[in-house]
Amino acid sequence: MRKILIIVQKEFKQIFRNKMMRPILFIMPVMQLVVLSYSADFTVTNINIYIEDHDHSSMSQSLTQKIAMSEYFNLIQVGNSYEEAYEMVEKNRVDVILTIPENFSKNMHSGRVTEISIFADAINGTKAGISLNYLQNIIAKFSLEEIEKTGIQMQIPGIETNKRDWYNPDLNYKFFMVPGILVLLVTIIALFLSGMNIVREKEIGTIEQLNVTPIRKYQFIVGKLLPFLIIGMVEFTIGLIIALFWFQVPFEGNFFLIYGFTILYLILILGMGMFISTITSSQQQALFLAWFFMVIFILMSGLFTPIESMPIWAQKFTLFNPIRYYVEVIRLVMLKGSGISNILMHVSVVAGSAILINILAMISYKKTA
Amino acid sequence: MNGEKVIEVKNLSKHFGQFKAVDDISFDVKKGEVFGFLGANGAGKTTAIKMLTGIWSSSSGQATVAGFDINRNRNKLKENIGYMSQKFSLYEDLTFKENVRFYGGIYGLSNKEISQKTDEMIAHLELDNIKNTLISEIPLGWKQKIAFSVAVIHRPKIVFLDEPTSGVDPITRRQFWDLIYETAESGITVFVTTHYMDEAEYCDRISMMVQGRIEALGSLDELLEKHDARNMDEVFVKLAR
Repeated sequence: MRKILIIVQKEFKQIFRNKMMRPILFIMPVMQLVVLSYSADFTVTNINIYIEDHDHSSMSQSLTQKIAMSEYFNLIQVGNSYEEAYEMVEKNRVDVILTIPENFSKNMHSGRVTEISIFADAINGTKAGISLNYLQNIIAKFSLEEIEKTGIQMQIPGIETNKRDWYNPDLNYKFFMVPGILVLLVTIIALFLSGMNIVREKEIGTIEQLNVTPIRKYQFIVGKLLPFLIIGMVEFTIGLIIALFWFQVPFEGNFFLIYGFTILYLILILGMGMFISTITSSQQQALFLAWFFMVIFILMSGLFTPIESMPIWAQKFTLFNPIRYYVEVIRLVMLKGSGISNILMHVSVVAGSAILINILAMISYKKTA
Repeated sequence: MNGEKVIEVKNLSKHFGQFKAVDDISFDVKKGEVFGFLGANGAGKTTAIKMLTGIWSSSSGQATVAGFDINRNRNKLKENIGYMSQKFSLYEDLTFKENVRFYGGIYGLSNKEISQKTDEMIAHLELDNIKNTLISEIPLGWKQKIAFSVAVIHRPKIVFLDEPTSGVDPITRRQFWDLIYETAESGITVFVTTHYMDEAEYCDRISMMVQGRIEALGSLDELLEKHDARNMDEVFVKLAR
């Protein structure tokens, strides 16, 4: 026990003696959390639209106005030339073309079906899809209003959908993203700190000196893990405070539950770092290896893209992704107030992997070659 | 010197594939001896030392160090030996005192013993001005002396020194050897590798390794007589050729 404490003491001294380390540990993550949370906004706005109006009626003008007034669109130009519109798309000045046909108003009044065409620049597929969605909503609302106003009898009966968003009623993307980004920051700090650590002792040669001491493997690994676990928890707490008080993310669940899970999760990530550190022979190798896992884990975590929309094989792959579990748990507990019974699966997977990876790290750290 | 044997090596080998880094060596070291383990670069000295300290396993043969089998009883073995490697072994980003505290703690010394040892070293090595300086800011000669003192902080039965004086000036080397003698007189056996042939002359007994094998073993006088040489340089040149 005392030997573990001696190692912990030494690690803390080394970490905080390094002048770059303090800003890396405490300023960088805070900056990232704030900047990323503001920028990872999936609400698409500022869509540039060209309206090709062949009808020139009061009705087409009123539709144009509706679109121009919406918070999502910038009306770039109203014209009647497809060539002109197309050229503007080519030059990247316009994202969407909306074409109102000649007999738009006449057809509407006589209750006939009328077609409006929308062309979207789909290089950014997400943006194009969302633009179409917005436009359809505006047009549907517009036609309903017109029908009510003029008393036109539609030939197609309309279905009205009643929609309500639970748990995040204002669809505030920040409530969704901030906890997820917090997960990333804690993971990055933990994985990189531990991944660089033992390999550093290999590089400077002190590992050899340690290997001739009677220190036990478990004492060594635990002594190395503990400081980073503590730093990780402090990091998490700072981030949580920013999430709750700066971004006003609601906290519906139990604090002990999220802290308990975070400790478990950190033991898993730190074990991974230790494992990386024991199988590599330079900090450079360790860095590349850590990044390799990090990029895959982040992109396949369901943080930025929903897991449900991944191909089936990729969905199965995410079952091995620790970030996925933590992102789900932190969202469930914070936003939905889920209790331990709702996240039992997550807890058992993370606990199981944590044990496994730490055993692996202990085996692959050889005092004798 | 007819004391008890603290190192007994019988037919010890280490192979890396076809390459025999250490090829069937046998020797004994007695308690309180300063045993010089000589050889050219790449002769297999470091490999042998790594097997004897339990860092590497051996390919074949047997050895006991401080009474413990090097392959079967490594933890016990490690409690009873000290080691100072070629590579610098103190933490550069810790001070002298912090290094002593760390290594002392790892070897299981109590806080009281650690502060006692610290005071002893400060007095003996005249470290008063640099006791709270980071190791990285201390000159190499001092560092080596501190590293040596740290390597014997737990009063081991044997201390292994792997080229402890490479890269330091002649005066510091002389001082370092004084430390070695003091240590040996206090009952700790010293096993030292070097490629400075003049240093060999300070040892009680010398072994000379050439390409993985021990080609000569004995006291300085014995070796000089046997190989008809005036100094160790000549012995080395004759054997290594």
